[in-house]
Amino acid sequence: MAELGSVVEKVRSKNAGPFWLTIDVFCGNSDAFARVSALPTARVAALFGVDAAQMKRFDIAELNVVKFSVPRPVVQGTRADRDMHGAAWGFLLAEMQID
Amino acid sequence: MQKLTNMTRVLIPTGALGLGYDRAALALGVANRPDIIAVDGGSTDSGPSYLGRGVSKYSRGSIKAEWRELMQARAEAGVPLVIGTAGTCGADAAVDWLYQITEELAAELGQRLRITRLYSGQNAAFLTEELAAGRVSPLPAAPPISAEILAACTNIVALAGAEQIQAALATGADIVIAGRTTDTAIIAALPLSRGDHPGAAWHGAKVGECGAIATTNPATGTIQIDFDAQGFTFTPLGSAARATPYTVSAHMLYENSDPFILHEPGGHLDVTAARYQALNQREVRVEGSKWVPGRYTVKLEGARVAGYQAVALALLRERRYVENARAWADAVVAQTRARVAARLRLTDGYELEIRLIGIDAALGALENRHTVPVEVGALAIVTAPTEALAGEIAKIANPFLLHHALDEDEPMPTIAFPFSPAEMHRGALYEFCLNHVLHTADPMAPFRLVVTEVGNG
Repeated sequence: MAELGSVVEKVRSKNAGPFWLTIDVFCGNSDAFARVSALPTARVAALFGVDAAQMKRFDIAELNVVKFSVPRPVVQGTRADRDMHGAAWGFLLAEMQID
Repeated sequence: MQKLTNMTRVLIPTGALGLGYDRAALALGVANRPDIIAVDGGSTDSGPSYLGRGVSKYSRGSIKAEWRELMQARAEAGVPLVIGTAGTCGADAAVDWLYQITEELAAELGQRLRITRLYSGQNAAFLTEELAAGRVSPLPAAPPISAEILAACTNIVALAGAEQIQAALATGADIVIAGRTTDTAIIAALPLSRGDHPGAAWHGAKVGECGAIATTNPATGTIQIDFDAQGFTFTPLGSAARATPYTVSAHMLYENSDPFILHEPGGHLDVTAARYQALNQREVRVEGSKWVPGRYTVKLEGARVAGYQAVALALLRERRYVENARAWADAVVAQTRARVAARLRLTDGYELEIRLIGIDAALGALENRHTVPVEVGALAIVTAPTEALAGEIAKIANPFLLHHALDEDEPMPTIAFPFSPAEMHRGALYEFCLNHVLHTADPMAPFRLVVTEVGNG
């Protein structure tokens, strides 16, 4: 077991427009990519508190990147939004324990 | 790199006007004889307030200083200068704001210019008719809309694509100041009108829209893209920046929910089959991207007032208060609500919450790390239907924030306040309320062009 963030090069979360969030995991090499790629989608969806059926996931071996996109649980800038640029979501994933 | 015939060279000074760039790289870009200079002026990324108010997020001084240099670069290159999404949000008022700055600079620089403004602002009554006629469709995760919501928007814009920028360029403009456009349209427009490869035009535009972000040194800002009949070549101009097949291909991930597909007015880009090749240590060649034509739609953005806010910040430093910060904050909210009910005869129709900075302010219920910090910032946020009421409620919260004791029988504590007055008015809270597309047979129908001659020289 290890923290995901200690295995990969970078985890980046950004808005993809006001209604979506996208989290890119730059794994850096194929071993780290294989470990991140083994993450069950349902676990990541639960981490973000979103419905797994609405999550888009891209495992891009050529780039050693795993990308997750989710509808924002709160729309950017609404009263309940805490993070205008979607900046903090990636840390949740970076701190997740993976095999 | 030598410039081939039938090639369109686009110089992109920076990812957004106001962010800065490497001056030497810009000078190199001008010396390389571009066909057009294109720069982005905005995004929704800073939130709905800018569109709601129709204002820029950057300082006028910063914008004027950078725009002056780009106007000088344009004069030297003798080619059009195009800005998209002027003034952060691309609302009509933001276009006029940049137009006024441009007029001032034309006079200061002694330039005589033809300036074309492309307005993207939309009329709510027109959109209500289009909605009723079935010509406004929701995108994934769109909120519900109605005639009332459209009427409540303080600004609605449509995102122009390549066709509208081409129309603006066709006026013979020296400078095009465009309202809301897609990030890519200002870059793709000229290559497309010259018959360069359409997949390459949109793909190159997407890679280039953030300036040097698709390189090893994003801060250098300036890049150049050569478009031709087969593909595009991406060249960073900062001496410290390199592009590699990795940096270029990975840019499709950036702020994009699908890294292979990009929707634009009139179709979509598909880069699934794109091939990335390093030409040397710093330039990348891309071929194989595909443009898939579709129905002509333009995306809509709108913002409306969702209330008015007043906030106050109190700092918990005593260990026992830090350890029990949530219980303390809940009690402050409950006592404030009770007093609002007693003094203002108000039990609902407003919101009061306290976010605990140091505990879970960024992630709320999703936070899963729990440690005891040195101090906790208690950020009280009041949202109410009027600015005056938000202020009243914040003032009622004030004594509880300052003195609320965890235990009834302990001496009255005093909590640290960083400011006087303690409450801060944030003004209107705006929210985005459209994630829809408008179907339009004529791409220009929802947009307006205004051409003027300014300055002297």
